[in-house]
Amino acid sequence: MFASMRKALLLCLMTIGMQSFAAPVYDLSPEVATSVASSSVRDRDSAIKALGDDISEQNADFLKKLSSGLIYVDPDSGEIYVRQSRSSDTYTRVSDGSQVQAPQGLRRSAVSTQQRKAINGYLRSFQLFSEDPAVRLKAAQELVSPNAKPIALETFDKLMSKEQDKEIYSVLKLARAQALSKLGTAGRQETFEALDLLESDSSVASLQAAQALEQSKDPQIASAARYASGYIKFCQKLSDFTMTLFFGLSLGSVLVLAAVGLAITFGVMGVINMAHGELIMIGAYTVWIIQQLLPQNPGLALFLSIPGAFVVSGFMGILIERLVIRHLYGRPLETLLATFGISLILQQLVRTLFSPLNRAVTTPEFMRGTLQISTNLSFTWNRICIICFCMIVFFVILAIMKKTRLGLEVRAVSQNRPIARALGIRAAKVDALTFGLGSGVAGMAGVALSQITNVGPNLGQNYIVDSFMVVVFGGAGNLWGTLTGGLIMGVVNKLLEPVSGAMLSKIIILVALILFIQKRPRGLFPQRGRAAED
Amino acid sequence: MIKNLLGMALGAAIALHGISAQAADDTIKVGIMHSLSGTMAISESSLKDELLMLIDEQNKKGGVLGKKLEPVVVDPASDWPLFAEKSRELLSKDKVAVVFGCWTSVSRKSVLPVFEELNGLLFYPVQYEGEESSRNIIYTGAAPNQQAIPAVEYLMNEVGVKRWVLEGTDYVFPRTANKIIEAYLKQHGVKDEDILIHYTPFGHSDWQSIVSQIKAFGSTGKKTAVINTLNGDANVPFYKELANQGISAEDIPVMAFSVGEEELSGIDTAPLVGHLAAWNYFQSVDTPENKEFIKKFREFTKNPKRVTNDPMEAHYIGFNLWVKAVEKAKSTDVNKVLDNIVGLETPNLTGGVARVLPNHHITKPVLIGEIQDDGQFEVVWQTKKEVDGDAWSDYLEGSKDLIADWTAPIKCGNYNTKTKKCLGSSKSK
Repeated sequence: MFASMRKALLLCLMTIGMQSFAAPVYDLSPEVATSVASSSVRDRDSAIKALGDDISEQNADFLKKLSSGLIYVDPDSGEIYVRQSRSSDTYTRVSDGSQVQAPQGLRRSAVSTQQRKAINGYLRSFQLFSEDPAVRLKAAQELVSPNAKPIALETFDKLMSKEQDKEIYSVLKLARAQALSKLGTAGRQETFEALDLLESDSSVASLQAAQALEQSKDPQIASAARYASGYIKFCQKLSDFTMTLFFGLSLGSVLVLAAVGLAITFGVMGVINMAHGELIMIGAYTVWIIQQLLPQNPGLALFLSIPGAFVVSGFMGILIERLVIRHLYGRPLETLLATFGISLILQQLVRTLFSPLNRAVTTPEFMRGTLQISTNLSFTWNRICIICFCMIVFFVILAIMKKTRLGLEVRAVSQNRPIARALGIRAAKVDALTFGLGSGVAGMAGVALSQITNVGPNLGQNYIVDSFMVVVFGGAGNLWGTLTGGLIMGVVNKLLEPVSGAMLSKIIILVALILFIQKRPRGLFPQRGRAAED
Repeated sequence: MIKNLLGMALGAAIALHGISAQAADDTIKVGIMHSLSGTMAISESSLKDELLMLIDEQNKKGGVLGKKLEPVVVDPASDWPLFAEKSRELLSKDKVAVVFGCWTSVSRKSVLPVFEELNGLLFYPVQYEGEESSRNIIYTGAAPNQQAIPAVEYLMNEVGVKRWVLEGTDYVFPRTANKIIEAYLKQHGVKDEDILIHYTPFGHSDWQSIVSQIKAFGSTGKKTAVINTLNGDANVPFYKELANQGISAEDIPVMAFSVGEEELSGIDTAPLVGHLAAWNYFQSVDTPENKEFIKKFREFTKNPKRVTNDPMEAHYIGFNLWVKAVEKAKSTDVNKVLDNIVGLETPNLTGGVARVLPNHHITKPVLIGEIQDDGQFEVVWQTKKEVDGDAWSDYLEGSKDLIADWTAPIKCGNYNTKTKKCLGSSKSK
């Protein structure tokens, strides 16, 4: 806070100073100035190197500005300008400090990622002594990454003696332990302490440091180092396995989400709906439309689109049922062909209405990044959200089917239509509502999928086969079967993938599923009772 | 009533047909064969718009050989067998002088026998895997040595990459491109354990375990990069997952061969910023020709936000080359055009010159660009001059000794320089 205020103050003073004295903002040598202004990447490389090798307050500040894209060049005169901020129209000429408002024809002096990385390297030694704890922490964390350039032990001691922040201190301590083990010259006591630290950290960099000590001449240190590296490797294996399980569960919950609507229309009603994927796609497009209406708030838009997608896809489903499927009950082959046609129509409709290009759906801030559990173990937030969302949707559907009157009627109609009608249930209305429910759930799956895959006309096609596989595997007509089936398929897929590759694991699962269906034609959890024996 | 209507419609159709048939006599027909529906419509439909613009412009200049050009647009609907059918229709029914079309390699392979049988002429605008040269096709897209190899050289020499991940969709272009890259890397002393190759199905969207594998592979302290030959749709989830697992372009840069301006225009670019792409053209290239081209295209499509990309530049070059060849041959006859096209030159949009080589490929500069947050590329590196397209890769066992040369006396698409023989699987007349 203070640091940033000071910087702002400094900048103010500098601006005032410049205006009154007309002195240069940065004292750049002519060679550096021409290299910065050059349009060749190599020239700019050399400028950065020249500035970095001779790092000072002003050079560091200039590099920082360059890295954040605030340095502009006049291609005609070669003059260099500093823009006040990304949104400001005020430019300061470097050579004499005069200010210009929104000049024409300036070109931004572009910095590539590699150059930015070089700049950060030059700035790091500066940043370790920075006033801002956040900057210091970032610089310290760089030191414990596997490719870090080592710094002298004395520098660590100097830094640690002054450090007040506990987090930065512990990172520095770890970095020092790594540097110490790599040098391998410290005394026994100190080395053992360092190894303990490495063990508790168990990152790749720590493993490398511990392995460096295995060659130690002191047999006791060597064996301790071997133990430590063995332990770290074990930790890494364990977290790898946990990660794979998590990946499997998250893939599984995507499958469950896509399939649960189908479990209702296909599993309960017995309608083969090839347009199911397109109902998912419509749900995903709903997210996009709502985000277009609320461009400032993608998070709120996402929440609003959950009911929104349910309504839009559900309505679409009822429309399809009333117009087409209703006339084809009991003729599965014709239903299949008709719904396949509908799926093609819907795809082309979307292409015509929204263009064949994919649409950009923004991921809200809270779904980005990872949840760090330990050094090696981290879960991505978007996947965590989707797993939770899947579970909520599943249990809500389950409650609707088991606890509400609609659920009761649906089950009655699907088990024995004539008797249900004789008891006064309006079968046609129940059919339409059930199909609408299944379609609405597909729409909600589309909301989730919009966060992890492309929102485009082909979105549905990618999930239709998987959805049918899950429903058939789990046992048609059983929601619990869909849940377990989907999760098992997800986990097995992810366990196989590292061994066999993504392509082969898909094939293996398909073959295994076919064999399984030969053995148990009704899936994992077959529906029991007289109604199922048809 | 209905009968009447039908009759009227029929009459109108016949009348229309009559008009177009009559008009055909004093026009030159140009076939445009790009998918306007189906999965490939995303990439191909803008090429149709561009060609209509080029034809329109040429007509305003007075056409070719004093005749107006007449576009014949067909939609092969991303369906490979339909490509062959439509090209047969264009060549034998519409009798077009030239066809501009195809995108995927499989569509090109499916029309190749038709073009050779009916002696048509096809301009193919997309970077592809090489290992092919037909007398009836002019390849205006990049061969592997005009895209893949320079990109790998850039990563190796400028970025200092030591470990390589080759990530591709499971079909012909990535498989062949990766074979060439792998052979190249091994010749330059990269060990087996420093190369990781993955193939994934079309539209793969669950990248969690592959990305975490890449993360582990790249955490050994040696500089790691990913060579990305994924097909369009799989890219966004891939980059999203990279960003989610905290891999930035600084840690592990990704070099893409199929991510262009068109693909970036429909997505949230935040996770892709800083990653790389290798092409022969970028919309951001600052030349007067390019500015003019972008302006015209936006005016023609009446959309001020339309983007241009590499295959569009290829068609721009191809169209101009064809016009020049026809004017030089004073005929649209395919044999005469082919006799005259080799050696012709036309300016490209990046300030250089495209020349047709005897192997029916063209010269192209190679540019490496970094993805910016506005969906455009910032050029960070480029070859000093244009690179000659090489049909048969020098890095593969089977094609090392092969060359293609459609000029006399060789006249062969796969001539073995050692045995001095033409393998001649594709017909030459």
